[in-house]
Amino acid sequence: METAYLIETVIKIVVILLIFSALAGIGTYFERKVLAFMQRRLGPTNVGPYGLLQVAADGIKLFTKEDIVPTNVVGRIFKIAPVITAATAFMAAAAIPFLPSFTLFGYEVHPIVADINIGILYILGIMGVGLYGPLLGGMASANKFALLSAARGAAVFISYEVVTGLSILAPIMMVGSLSLIDFNNYQIDNGWIVFAQPVAFILFWIAAFAETGRTPFHLIANDHEIIDGFGTEYSGMRWGLFFIGEYANMFFISFVIPLIFLGGYGDGSLLGALALLGKVAFFFFFFLWTRAAWPDVRPDQLMWLCWKVLMPIAVLNILITAIVMM
Amino acid sequence: MFEAIAFYLFAFLTISMFYITVTTSQALYALTALAAGMIFISAFFFILGADFLGAIQIVVYSGAVMALYAFGMMFFDTTRDVKEKQGNNAIILGLGTMAALLIVAIFSAPIISDNISAFYPMTAGAGNTQEVGMVLFTKYLVPFEVAAVMLLVAMIAGIVLAGKKMDISLTLTEEDEIRAMREEQEKEVS
Repeated sequence: METAYLIETVIKIVVILLIFSALAGIGTYFERKVLAFMQRRLGPTNVGPYGLLQVAADGIKLFTKEDIVPTNVVGRIFKIAPVITAATAFMAAAAIPFLPSFTLFGYEVHPIVADINIGILYILGIMGVGLYGPLLGGMASANKFALLSAARGAAVFISYEVVTGLSILAPIMMVGSLSLIDFNNYQIDNGWIVFAQPVAFILFWIAAFAETGRTPFHLIANDHEIIDGFGTEYSGMRWGLFFIGEYANMFFISFVIPLIFLGGYGDGSLLGALALLGKVAFFFFFFLWTRAAWPDVRPDQLMWLCWKVLMPIAVLNILITAIVMM
Repeated sequence: MFEAIAFYLFAFLTISMFYITVTTSQALYALTALAAGMIFISAFFFILGADFLGAIQIVVYSGAVMALYAFGMMFFDTTRDVKEKQGNNAIILGLGTMAALLIVAIFSAPIISDNISAFYPMTAGAGNTQEVGMVLFTKYLVPFEVAAVMLLVAMIAGIVLAGKKMDISLTLTEEDEIRAMREEQEKEVS
């Protein structure tokens, strides 16, 4: 049994790694296309039909580019920073149930790597560690703009974590468990949590943008200085790892939001599984939509928003939930 | 077997990370090794089946070390080596060894003499999140609340110390106003 379990887990890990690294690549294609259509452009069109092979071209470019480590950087930290971003993104995926359990060749497969009973806490914690990538990359780069972006990364980190933690407390109190599978099963009987906890849903959604570092909280890249922030000194696949981490994170958080608030995969039928994928697609699209529609906020505005607006609302939400539940 | 492998792997990793933290003269290495060591410690909680404490270890310490990074950014050029003022090496070594031996003795004495007994046996059917909650809000309620009050005191003290000019935002004020403020300050100094 032990060996079978081990083999099963390794296969699951490999499958998730392959699918989501590929999806991260395709995600960049979607992003460029969606942004292009919203800005009345065409986006990538030249490589392959509808520019679909642009992903492969980008991949070849990233893999074959010369890997430069500039002179004055702190070598080891500089090299390990992109790995942290990519690795933590995939580590967080270990506790996400991607689909309902299904039977394959008479063998029941649970599409979750490790069903630990503190799933959400683990996912949010590990995703938080992911911000160490940009921070370390920026600080080790020996570049003013990279350092600035690292400082902003730290500011983002200490602001949004409070909001994610507090906003998710109210649903946790209702479900009485931290496992995403329990969340899903709770919503089969009691309806979607979003109807009972609309405030928590909005707060968590906002915090998800900060968590993945997407516009309007894309502060870790210095867009307004027309410089790529922590990525300024990076080239080739090291830079690519940052990107894979960012897009994998976007996909994973797009899985987590529907699982917590929007009924997840429901009763586990094929329809439910497709519905989950549909919800994931919507949330991923929403990330791109926001990027096309909104400018970035300033770092001080983000801190003001998180500490002075969102945190009190989250605390009030918890209080009201507790009173109602009593 | 896997537990043993995981234990020795993470024991080695944790100790080597903290060794780097103590010995290196490069602020960035020290901080990163500290963060890594703290996160590797969570592995022991996971091996022991205390998932909740493991996750909390990651969440709390990744945030705490992030604050240290902010200080590091303020005080050092983190890409250069820090010149440390070293006193008498023999004293440092001696005191360090003695402190380490003392800690080992303190923690191993009750284990060796078999004087440890669990006051609160596991409740059947409760997960370890609920277990932590039950113990925290019955037996350890007073220390828990006192810790909360202490944090509140620290927070208020922090606000009082840092908040003298909190109502002025330098980003929002006009260039001329800032210049006027600076001139006023210089007048006061002279």
